[in-house]
Amino acid sequence: MSERKTMLQVENVTMQFGGVVAVNDLSMEVREGEIVAIIGPNGAGKTTAFNVITGVYAPTNGRVNFDGNCVVENYPHGKMKKNYLGEHAGLYSHVKEPTPDELTGLGMARTFQNIRLWKSMTVFDNVLVAKHLKRSSNLFSATFRSNRAEEARQRKETLELLEIVGLADVKDELATSLPYGKQRRLEIARALATQPKLLLLDEPAAGMNPQETQELTQFIGQIRKDFGVTILLIEHHMDLVMDISDRIYVLDFGRLIAQGTPAEVQKNEKVIDAYLGVVDDAEN
Amino acid sequence: MIETKNRKSAWIAFLSVLCFLALVFGLDQLIKPTDKLGMLLIVLQKGSVYALAAVSMNLLNGYTGLFSLGHAGFMLLGAYTYAIFTIPDKNRDAVYQYFDAAIRFSIPEQLSKSMGGFGTALGILIALLLAGLVAAVLAWLIGLPVLRLKSDYLAIATLGFAEIIRAVFQWSKLGPVTNGSNLLKNFARASKFKLEIAGMKLSLSTFVPVLIATVSITLIVLLVNSTYGRAFKAIRDDEVAAEAMGINLARHKMIAFVTSSFFAGIAGATLAMVLSIAQANNFKSAMTYEILLMVVLGGIGSITGSVIGSLLFVAASEWWLRGLDSGKFLGIEAPTVFRNGFRLVVFSVIIMIVVLFFRKGIMGEKELPDLFRKKKKAPEKGEQS
Repeated sequence: MSERKTMLQVENVTMQFGGVVAVNDLSMEVREGEIVAIIGPNGAGKTTAFNVITGVYAPTNGRVNFDGNCVVENYPHGKMKKNYLGEHAGLYSHVKEPTPDELTGLGMARTFQNIRLWKSMTVFDNVLVAKHLKRSSNLFSATFRSNRAEEARQRKETLELLEIVGLADVKDELATSLPYGKQRRLEIARALATQPKLLLLDEPAAGMNPQETQELTQFIGQIRKDFGVTILLIEHHMDLVMDISDRIYVLDFGRLIAQGTPAEVQKNEKVIDAYLGVVDDAEN
Repeated sequence: MIETKNRKSAWIAFLSVLCFLALVFGLDQLIKPTDKLGMLLIVLQKGSVYALAAVSMNLLNGYTGLFSLGHAGFMLLGAYTYAIFTIPDKNRDAVYQYFDAAIRFSIPEQLSKSMGGFGTALGILIALLLAGLVAAVLAWLIGLPVLRLKSDYLAIATLGFAEIIRAVFQWSKLGPVTNGSNLLKNFARASKFKLEIAGMKLSLSTFVPVLIATVSITLIVLLVNSTYGRAFKAIRDDEVAAEAMGINLARHKMIAFVTSSFFAGIAGATLAMVLSIAQANNFKSAMTYEILLMVVLGGIGSITGSVIGSLLFVAASEWWLRGLDSGKFLGIEAPTVFRNGFRLVVFSVIIMIVVLFFRKGIMGEKELPDLFRKKKKAPEKGEQS
């Protein structure tokens, strides 16, 4: 495992909104081919960490390396210089704030905690639009239809992808008319259509019943195998997390309180106190 | 399977457009502007111009979800560019009565010197494209700061821009170019367009504006159905998701804004061509609202809706409801009620009814072919299962 190259490396990332430090000095690493989970109580800063990694927010301090290159970097400057409450203030000195689409172009794709499908489009179109990223046509070749071959290839790939994820039979239905579990699945399919190296899933099992959660667990394992993607996920369903994760990071109040394999994390007292304790009690 | 079906419907659409153009060409020969049915020609001319304007606005407001109200401004730019570059030399001093005209060449005239009638047509085409380009370049410049704004803020900013453009064009210091607040006239206009073949004089005064609008709308339809059009719709539906799926928001919004303005410029130029005059005072924000109304009437997000909406709007306001202003309507003579202005009252009531009972417009988000397709779809599903 340790010989695998590092896919994502988060270094000392701090995200401060006004006087609130949502993520404090977070460092983590995801290696190629791994499934890594971030867990923690509500408000621990998990989604904020996701938003920093995917370029939605620029961090206040810290750096994110992706696939061997520095893709995000920032240090407390301007107004934040005086108000900065985090650590490692002098460590970084460059500003690199890409937009989310640039990072998607580099090979990161994500899903959302509250499903964000394109409502007016069919299942097929939802996936097809994500193929727009890998286009070689420009405005004119697209308008005058000289990109026919590319268009046909995109449609073929979309159909293949829908078949793999098991949504081919509903491809002409409106995305929002699907049952909840399938909408989640479609969001993952849409993210896969951008041909990512790293897939970030923000609470993929939120609102699912145990059976749907089980199906999703298998599905995530299947994607890793079929698409060779590395997966970073946030999740509250501990069955799912303990089942498929290679490693787990635990956040509480914006800080990393533990990391390790599922077995290690389950035994960690800090984690039991902050988060898992309730589950254990219920089981005993 | 999907491919052949698409190709078939594309052919049907293409042929019906050709039939429509042939019909318009025929009407152009059969009906004289002075006839009783002459109104039909005017409705077709103005209706097609407004249809183009409405469709180009729909591209931005309906498909990309950018609520912009600067359309009249871009149409003004197009109208003036077209007019200035097609005023023949001999008319120029008469047009620029109070100013010394700065731009002293007419593209159609220059080209006709070497290429005859074909040169004139080519010159008009170049002037049209130039009109679109001027509008597009200005849209790009304005878009840089303005497209960062969202929803109503963008609407206010673009509305303000349109008013500024109008004021600038009426400014007397720019008189040598824009003729100040006076109107531009005597340029290449639709009523003079004719084709002479073997001694026969064929009128093109309705055909040309309709052709320009048809070609432009076809291009917009092709764009909307391309991979870029799909990206626009994704931005409209959910900007955050679109950006996360790798769609560059700034660039795609700019493409939509510039393209929409390009066609607004062409619509403005064609409007000048049809009306035979170009005057900044005509391009008030009321014009933007009229176009917006056509888009809403037809259905936001439907191209055929916009076309139907504008044709109905123009036909109603110019033709069918005219009697309400002139004392006689549907055979009822009541000069005391049917006086000047009554038409607008009735018109407003009709619009209120439409907005109340057809809230999604006439077409909603559907296109005309969708209406035929729906009936066929039911048995197809049965076959598959």
